[in-house]
Amino acid sequence: MDTFQDTVFKLKRYWADRGAIIQEPYDIEVGAGTMCPETFLRVLGPKPYRVAYVQPSRRPADGRYGENPNRLYKHQQLQVILKPSPDDVIDQYLGSLAAIGIDLNKHDIKFEEDNWEAPTLGAWGIGWQVMLDGQEISQFTYFQQCGGIDLDLVPAELTYGLERISAFLQGVESVYDMQWAPGVTYREVRFADELQSSVYNFEMADVDRLRRLFDEYEAECKRLLGLYDDKSPEKRRFPVLPAYEQVLKCSNLFNLLDARGAISVTERVGVIKRVRDLAVGTAKVWADQQGADTDQAPPVRVGESTSVGLSTSVGDSTQEPGPGHVA
Amino acid sequence: MSDFLLEIGTEEIPHWMIPSALAQLAKLDLLGATATVDATPRRLVVRATGVPDRTPDQEQIVKGPPISAGERAIAGFATKQQIDVSVLERVGDYYQVRKQTPGRPAVEVLAERLPDAILGIQWPKTMYWVGGKTGPRFIRPIRWIVALLGTDVIRFNLEKIRTTSYRPLVPSSNVTRGHRQLGSSSIPVTIANYESELRKNFVILSSVERRKKIETESAALGAKPDPDLLETLTFITEYPTAIRGDFDPSFLALPPEVLSTVLKHHQKTFSIESAPGVLAPHFVAIMNTAADPDGWVKLGSERVIKARFNDARFFFDVDQHKKLSDRVEDLKKVTFHAKLGSYLEKTNRVVAIVKELNGGPDAERAALLCKADLTTEMVKEFTDLQGIVGGLYAKHQGENEAVSKAIYEYYKPLSMEDSIPSTLDGQIVALADKLDTLRECFRVGMAPTGSKDPFGLRRAAQGVVKILAEAKLPLHVDSLFPPDLKEFMLERVQYYFRDIRGFKYDEVNAVLKVRIPTLNVVEERLQLVAKLRGTPDFESIVLSDKRINNILRQAEFRPEDGLAVNVALLEAGPERELWKGFANDLMFRPFEDIPRLRPLIDNFFDKVMVMVDDPMLKRRRLSLLYQIRKKFLTIADFSEIVTAGEK
Repeated sequence: MDTFQDTVFKLKRYWADRGAIIQEPYDIEVGAGTMCPETFLRVLGPKPYRVAYVQPSRRPADGRYGENPNRLYKHQQLQVILKPSPDDVIDQYLGSLAAIGIDLNKHDIKFEEDNWEAPTLGAWGIGWQVMLDGQEISQFTYFQQCGGIDLDLVPAELTYGLERISAFLQGVESVYDMQWAPGVTYREVRFADELQSSVYNFEMADVDRLRRLFDEYEAECKRLLGLYDDKSPEKRRFPVLPAYEQVLKCSNLFNLLDARGAISVTERVGVIKRVRDLAVGTAKVWADQQGADTDQAPPVRVGESTSVGLSTSVGDSTQEPGPGHVA
Repeated sequence: MSDFLLEIGTEEIPHWMIPSALAQLAKLDLLGATATVDATPRRLVVRATGVPDRTPDQEQIVKGPPISAGERAIAGFATKQQIDVSVLERVGDYYQVRKQTPGRPAVEVLAERLPDAILGIQWPKTMYWVGGKTGPRFIRPIRWIVALLGTDVIRFNLEKIRTTSYRPLVPSSNVTRGHRQLGSSSIPVTIANYESELRKNFVILSSVERRKKIETESAALGAKPDPDLLETLTFITEYPTAIRGDFDPSFLALPPEVLSTVLKHHQKTFSIESAPGVLAPHFVAIMNTAADPDGWVKLGSERVIKARFNDARFFFDVDQHKKLSDRVEDLKKVTFHAKLGSYLEKTNRVVAIVKELNGGPDAERAALLCKADLTTEMVKEFTDLQGIVGGLYAKHQGENEAVSKAIYEYYKPLSMEDSIPSTLDGQIVALADKLDTLRECFRVGMAPTGSKDPFGLRRAAQGVVKILAEAKLPLHVDSLFPPDLKEFMLERVQYYFRDIRGFKYDEVNAVLKVRIPTLNVVEERLQLVAKLRGTPDFESIVLSDKRINNILRQAEFRPEDGLAVNVALLEAGPERELWKGFANDLMFRPFEDIPRLRPLIDNFFDKVMVMVDDPMLKRRRLSLLYQIRKKFLTIADFSEIVTAGEK
């Protein structure tokens, strides 16, 4: 039986073998792997990209003090971006399930319509929730728009709910009973985090301070975006990534305030719009910066053979993989 | 003549969109052959027999210059038509030329036609997947296309998309794919063996057969029939197989509505009943595969259902900590609409409308509590159960039967097929809630436009009409609908009686053309008109009424021009007889009056001239006709009835 971490290793290996860069989790709080720059910004612009990473994803309102066997404040997502999406993307996805020990001939797999939309990111896509034996195990999305920008190279986003998949594979009913590593349960690794974060999020977070922090991060992001000059020959130096980090801070603070019940329904729409405006603003700057690089970009090799084990074309053809070139 | 096969291979299409796509594909132009269609979630299929191998040869006659024209003109015509002057024919005074356009092979014509036909299918929402915005749009990516005419592949690409490699997109071939897990992903086929090859690869192409398989197998396992669910499952499976699962009987203590919602809407599984209306702790799931050899599917489905039921039990318990009556105040934090305030404000308005409609104290109480379930955890999780949860909680918390029942049912009718609330209190609350939404949205200018109706106002209005008509509530249309809403509501009334109840459109128009007090009266009048239509004199009366209407309109006669009819001034003969014939009684009794009036009216029109020069005489006669028309108008505007001659 695979431990939680075995399953993660296998999925990472699988996607690394298919040309994905294996990134580490982003070091700022996010609600979903989609929000990391590795997805939100990289899907923009004409450069092919493949990346996979585990992202601890925080949903303050879903916290249950560690008492609910299936709901977590912080769950782990494996996020995969294949840009552009290969023709056999679904077969590749199913191959990843086989790789973690799911015998596809013995299970029921259905793709049920589920279009994804993230109003705080100005992003939406078309896709499915993937049902394994009646349980949703992944979200599969063809991004159409991100940060308010239409995407020319349509990426496929695969998001695996790791706890759910691993608990199912291990045959346990509560995620806390899963083996994270041999002899170490998920409870031992994570319970304190779930309990204490629930206490903080629901009972102790200082609403006024959170609001002030929101305003501060928003102001910093706006200040930066206001300084961008798209005519400047030095525009590659512009800190759009740090600007985006302010957006992520705002988004997390919004979620915290929401969990505290501090945002009324009427106010909600307004706050979501404030975050979206920042996200759309950063996406524009990023796309503009990338556009300046297009001349050097390698040709787009859409849909070359992507059969199992062969395709590394996209990863290879990205001349500047990793975060180095934007630093 | 050849057989034809087109298979559009896609990634999984949302089940509810498939029937309408097939209806569009059935109209595919196959050189006159009739298409039959079928589908699974991964393939849309068109087949036909007897497609001609060529399009017919065409002959076109081009008329040339007159014979009298000069040589230059004639030579010019020949040059333009790219023929020699010697082949010109003389017909009458003109030259002409016959041009032959030979027919073309069907395989070529179809190769040109099919890409547009495929990409021309209208979907509720489309995507692009390759080539960005310049690429094709479809509901989900198209991954393969089989196109055969007889033994030939109809060769085409969906589109040449601009990439640096100019790769043709989805070239057609004779190679299909089987079931994702159980079948081969590369199966060469012929038209003759296509369906059987699919079957060998665990794809049942026929939706009729899949439906039947689900129906038979689930019934054998004890499932309660559910036509909606059956339809959904037919179009999310390529190879459906039923299995039975169980849950802990202790969950049966939860409201059956909650259990059914989880089973049907969240898990797409059938319920099993131990007796009519009593759930048993089992369910039937439909897999998209052939078997569950190691019990994984059963185990997985049972686990999800258990987790969901556990959530529901938790929500139910938590929700009881605060009664509905104590939650009403909390509604001020729930926005109904930015322009229309909170749900507390809506609640207050609904209560006021219940009073306006003369609802009793139970209806008032139900109106006060009906929105309170919006603050419960249960409704936050199971939004479809709004209202139902409120009704269940009200009962649980000791509200009387009338109140809890009214809350339970006030969302009804959810569609034209759904029933209306079963009690008067429920009907009043349902009306008040829907009326409030309609009145308020119209007041702030949010009337639906075209296909856009974000607030579901058409459905709300249809619900109002259905309740008023079916509950026979004697509520006056004029007081229910403010002027800005009235036209919209009358359209719904018209739709209801015509499309739902099946009254003839012209009869509905005729009845609605006159001022209506209540919908009961509309229904009575419609029945009356329908009955009258079968009587021998009716058509003639309709024609007379049309004639009267035309005369009055041409004379620009206004009701205030009418003169009180003075018998002494009426001409003896047809004019005076007509007056006497209908002036005897203010009431219009159509079954007696029409046969009696008909000869009098006919006689009047035969013998009496209305539009005479003498202005006073003319005015008197117009007034007389107006009186007759007014009498008819107490039932309907008969001039709207389409007579046999007009059809």
